[in-house]
Amino acid sequence: MKEKNIIDTASFDWTIIIIYIVMVLFGWFNIYSASWNESTGSIFDLSKNYGKQFLFICISAFIAIFWLFLDHKLFNIFSYVVYFLLIGLVISVFVIGKEIAGNKNWIAIGSFNLQPAEFAKYGASLALAKFLGTPDARLKDKMTFRIATMIFLLPMILILLQKDTGSALVFLSFFLVLYREGLSGVWFVIALCSIVVFILTLYFGNIWVSGVFAAIALLFYLFSSRKKYLTIPIIVITLVVTAFSSSINLIMDNVLKEHQKKRILVTFGLLEDLKKEGYNVHQSKIAIGSGGLIGKGYLQGTQTKLRYVPEQHTDFIFCTIGEEWGWVGSMVIIILFVTLIARVYYLAERQKNRFNRIFAYCVASILFFHFTINIGMTIGLVPVIGIPLPFFSYGGSSLIGFTVLLFTLIKLDSTRSSEMSTLKDMY
Amino acid sequence: MSKGGNRNISLIIAVISIGLLFSVRLFYLQVIDKSYVDFANANSKKILTIHPNRGLIYDRNNKLIAYNDNFYDLSISYPFTLKNFDTTGFCTILEITKENFIERLKKAEKTVYKGSATFYKNLEFYKFAALQERMYDYGKFYIEVKSDRKYNTASGAHVLGYIGEISKKQLEEKNEENYYSKGDFIGLAGLEKYYEPELRGIKGEEVILVDSRGKQQGSYSKGKFDKIPIPGKKVTTTLDLTLQEYASRLMQNKAGSVVAIEPSTGEILTLVSSPEYNPEALTIRNKKKNYGELLKDPTLPLFNRAVTAAYPPGSVFKLLNGLIGLEEEMIYPETTFPCYKGYSIGNLHVNCHPHPQNLDLRGAVANSCNAYFCYTFKEIIENPKYKSPREAYIKWRNYMLQFGLDNKLGSDINFESEGNIPTPEFYDKMHNNRWGFTRIISLSIGQGEILITPLQMANVISTIANRGYYYTPHCIRKIDNKNAIPKKFKTKHKINIKKEHFEVVVEGMRNTLISGTAARTGIEGIEICGKTGTVQNPHGKNHAVFMCFAPKDNPKIAIACIVENAGFGATWAAPVATLLIEKYFKRDSVSSKPEMEERILKARLLKNPNDKDSAAKKEELENEEIKKQKNDSTEKRTTKNNLNKEAVIAKKFTFNKNERKKYN
Repeated sequence: MKEKNIIDTASFDWTIIIIYIVMVLFGWFNIYSASWNESTGSIFDLSKNYGKQFLFICISAFIAIFWLFLDHKLFNIFSYVVYFLLIGLVISVFVIGKEIAGNKNWIAIGSFNLQPAEFAKYGASLALAKFLGTPDARLKDKMTFRIATMIFLLPMILILLQKDTGSALVFLSFFLVLYREGLSGVWFVIALCSIVVFILTLYFGNIWVSGVFAAIALLFYLFSSRKKYLTIPIIVITLVVTAFSSSINLIMDNVLKEHQKKRILVTFGLLEDLKKEGYNVHQSKIAIGSGGLIGKGYLQGTQTKLRYVPEQHTDFIFCTIGEEWGWVGSMVIIILFVTLIARVYYLAERQKNRFNRIFAYCVASILFFHFTINIGMTIGLVPVIGIPLPFFSYGGSSLIGFTVLLFTLIKLDSTRSSEMSTLKDMY
Repeated sequence: MSKGGNRNISLIIAVISIGLLFSVRLFYLQVIDKSYVDFANANSKKILTIHPNRGLIYDRNNKLIAYNDNFYDLSISYPFTLKNFDTTGFCTILEITKENFIERLKKAEKTVYKGSATFYKNLEFYKFAALQERMYDYGKFYIEVKSDRKYNTASGAHVLGYIGEISKKQLEEKNEENYYSKGDFIGLAGLEKYYEPELRGIKGEEVILVDSRGKQQGSYSKGKFDKIPIPGKKVTTTLDLTLQEYASRLMQNKAGSVVAIEPSTGEILTLVSSPEYNPEALTIRNKKKNYGELLKDPTLPLFNRAVTAAYPPGSVFKLLNGLIGLEEEMIYPETTFPCYKGYSIGNLHVNCHPHPQNLDLRGAVANSCNAYFCYTFKEIIENPKYKSPREAYIKWRNYMLQFGLDNKLGSDINFESEGNIPTPEFYDKMHNNRWGFTRIISLSIGQGEILITPLQMANVISTIANRGYYYTPHCIRKIDNKNAIPKKFKTKHKINIKKEHFEVVVEGMRNTLISGTAARTGIEGIEICGKTGTVQNPHGKNHAVFMCFAPKDNPKIAIACIVENAGFGATWAAPVATLLIEKYFKRDSVSSKPEMEERILKARLLKNPNDKDSAAKKEELENEEIKKQKNDSTEKRTTKNNLNKEAVIAKKFTFNKNERKKYN
């Protein structure tokens, strides 16, 4: 096509852009509210969080527009370059990193701190899209599968080494992309079953869980008409469940750190620790719970304003929303996120280009993971894992990271009709 | 494609499911489960109580008697997490050591109530000022302003009472509206107690926000939920402070009481129980220091003799017997009875002092003739109208009850005693159902089993001054400048005795001060009517009694005075009463009888319990017993017990009724 340098604004997905703008602005107001007290000055005060967030919003807006003007082919071409540059950035943290709150995963640039982990997701998404986007890539091929997983497990391990467990876990969301591209659903069923066994063991202990499971298996076997085929699988499954269940205490005590173990126990109501590990969630639930149906009103929240909720402007920003805007406001946020993520999944499927589609899946899955873990954690459904709420939480790296992810997708999506010619790329 | 499409849909369904899960969870947290609202309030809102100013107490002429004096307590809010706390600076300001600081913290931890505890009581003002400036640095601490009483007079403590910290028991009993909290001050005695609901006012509230570190962060909702405290009401008493103070002076170094009432209203102008204590001694801050000592003092300064002590009235009782005799038509004003240095019946003899012969009722009152009233009482008891002396006695007793005897009058002064007018059953038991005039002859002259409190005595004289009615004596005149005093103080109590009979007795009383027993104590220019009494005291010297009113017509003041162990009523009690009357009418002018005034002021009639005087020995033993009881109860430390102690002493002091029969 000849007119590829002319930007056709109608080709952009305005649903996503509008949701993005609403979220970012709303997030900014809430950061202001979370930091507000009677002496708070202008929302543009650059010495304060909300002022800095305004600066990040401006930078993000600039990048977003700039991204829309880029040639969409550049993303494909430079995907590996970007990936390795960002991996390099993550590695550089080991050398020039700055330690904040016990975690050495920041790079200081002037008075700002850069968090490479937030950008590594972008690199991994591009690289995975590029790798699986090649016409002959088949996940069923073991080598392809290994390389594909290596692409996102590498940054994940590096970030784990930097003790940023939360950011590292985000990379697990790429398994959802693999699932779409052909990874067997059995693995998800197994993962889900493990979680169920894990939780049951926490509640009832491994002896009960193994015993009851064995009993059910035995009954199932006795009443089964096809005993011949089931004998070995049932024995194996029972043994695996028993072994897993029995090893949970071992995992809890030896693999997980004390605070991680406690956070898990607190989430399942097995440990009351309102002073330390349970404090955040308890206070977060109080803040959100006290919001009621319609909330206390903007700038009227007491729990967040009086600093009862730690990290109220970053990971726990949802508390401010819950407290000041109530259930109604919380629902608006949840609907916005669900709409956004579902929209991205929907857009992904209409791409005619595998690179575009896989990239879209990466974006949707990362957002999905952040959304589930972050909000789940503030309302006590998920153990506390420190990751930001996309577009809402305070932080330049996270905002710019998500902006880049989203606007790369919008740009790629806007060009799908011009890609009609590359039909052969279609799956 | 179709496989991918399915998986796409399942992912979209997963997203929507998570969204639904979150909405349900949020709905539960925010809308259904209300406990988080309470948690949030408990977290961040703190209600500070603002204590209202206690109502001021005035005398009848609008002179301020009791007012408020602020002091400062340093409190700390719980939990006591003191991170980055400048302990050294804090201790320097308070002038305490670090060890003391820790000790105080530990002590405070044990007394946490509603989220805070007192750390340092009664801050010195310079420390308060120094702390005030730096309070922001000491976020966990805050200063509580408390209000103590201060007085413009050293007199009247028994009427005014005192305030103190509310006891645990009171908190449980008196707290129906949940008004009081631990540490609140409450009227514990006297008017402070009686008019507590009026005086206390209504507490205010300030809702403030407290952050996670316990620091105050300004008012909640711009003070929309704050409540302004409503100060206590102004209480105007009926006391005449000038008179009250003068009475205190006259009664100094004596044991006894003076009660002055305005007959037309029942208003108590003066009520002195001597020995007394300075009201300042039992303020919140001074009580600890003084209360124990006052309690141990053998002269019983805490004990309100004026309402709690009950004495045989002595000759003043003759007035009542005369009145009843007239009303029952057993005697007439002109009736005369012979007096042969007393009255004899069988081997009983009631002595009389020398006085003119052939006295009629007026003369008998003026000269206090014992024989005359023995005859009169004999006539009353042996009245043929009634079937038996017992019935006549019942009739006689009914008159007594009408005067408010044998009962608490129901004034607003606490610890009133009932006194005693024995029931016929009492005599039945005492004399095996066989008794008549001779058995109760001592009642004719106010001796024997009868007991009357000084307040009752004052009420009797007030009734006589009114010629037959009284209002319940009371100390309340106005509340908040309105005449909204309790109804019972506005109810007229009438005596079923004709007014003209009172006139006869009053004439006799007038003669008492002209030519009778108290002729020397009269005050020129004031028509005082009075009656002397000398009460035989089994424990020592006689008690001097005098009751009087003035002027004769439209009386303005009625006084009963009793001086314990003093001797003749005319010598010791009458001058006190007449000097007071002079003061009342002539206010600040110098007494017309300076020698008499000086004699009274200088008299030291207060018995020293250490004297080994044989006559006083018995009383001493009794005192010992009281002391023992006091000591016993001192061990129990609560305020409630202290109050009980006062009651115990009071009870003990009311002379043993049975002991009276020896003097029959």
